[in-house]
Amino acid sequence: MRWIWIDKFIEFKTGVSAVAVKNVTLAEEHLHDHFPGYPVMPESLCIEAMAQTAGILVGEAKNFEEKVILAKIKKAVFHDCIRPGDSLRLSAKIESIADEAASTTGTITCGDKLIAEIDLMFSHIDQNLAGKEFPEDNFVFTDMFKSLLQGSVLKAGNG
Amino acid sequence: MTMNREQVLGQVQGVLVDALGVDDDEVKPESTLMGDLGAESIDFLDIVFRLEKAFGIKIPREELFPAETLMNNPEFVNNGKLTEKGLAELQSKMPHTDTTEFAKNPDMSKLGDLFTVGMIVNFVQSKLKAA
Repeated sequence: MRWIWIDKFIEFKTGVSAVAVKNVTLAEEHLHDHFPGYPVMPESLCIEAMAQTAGILVGEAKNFEEKVILAKIKKAVFHDCIRPGDSLRLSAKIESIADEAASTTGTITCGDKLIAEIDLMFSHIDQNLAGKEFPEDNFVFTDMFKSLLQGSVLKAGNG
Repeated sequence: MTMNREQVLGQVQGVLVDALGVDDDEVKPESTLMGDLGAESIDFLDIVFRLEKAFGIKIPREELFPAETLMNNPEFVNNGKLTEKGLAELQSKMPHTDTTEFAKNPDMSKLGDLFTVGMIVNFVQSKLKAA
């Protein structure tokens, strides 16, 4: 399984905001265990999907030169369950960005319905934890994530 | 902008309640951020971002929380304690903080106790005055 919880970006404004979509399908095996007879997308994975949407937005703002790590879940409020067949819209905005970190706000909606509000903080780890060394390679933004962005953002246009 | 100390304190309290998930009545002027309120390193950045937004000011992180730059300089830290030079540096970097008590035994493990709610209020007030 590939650890990608968004399907594509449909809007991308560098350093400002991004919108990704995720189509939930019963072909996702974990839905058969969560829960048997009542498949709903785990809320932890909704947070991961938002972390990917907002994390790519934050990473792209610095040309993927920083290692962007999810550092804090500031807020995660869920208003409804997500079921197979739902088309989710994940909207993320950069609230603040500095050399060391960024904070984002975000919502997950399905049609007109607000499903979740998820606010996150990301650390640029090379700029923090001074003295600790990390690998040269940007292990966060692998080709997998970058290709996700390139393919869909070119189509969506970079506003 | 004219805000008195009470008003600044009220807003700082709101910021800390949101950033650290603590209760209103836990956030007293003398509360230490790490010891009493359980702040971790990423929380300091969160607090800086929230203060900037709440008060409409710009805060370079090393101005409010200069500990990291001190910690990593052997000239300033020796054997787990701040050297005289380090202490002077700390005082010049944190004019909004009373370091007299800390200076008697400048053990790095106690450095966290300098970061109190009241110290943030002092800092914000000095920024608002300068603005």
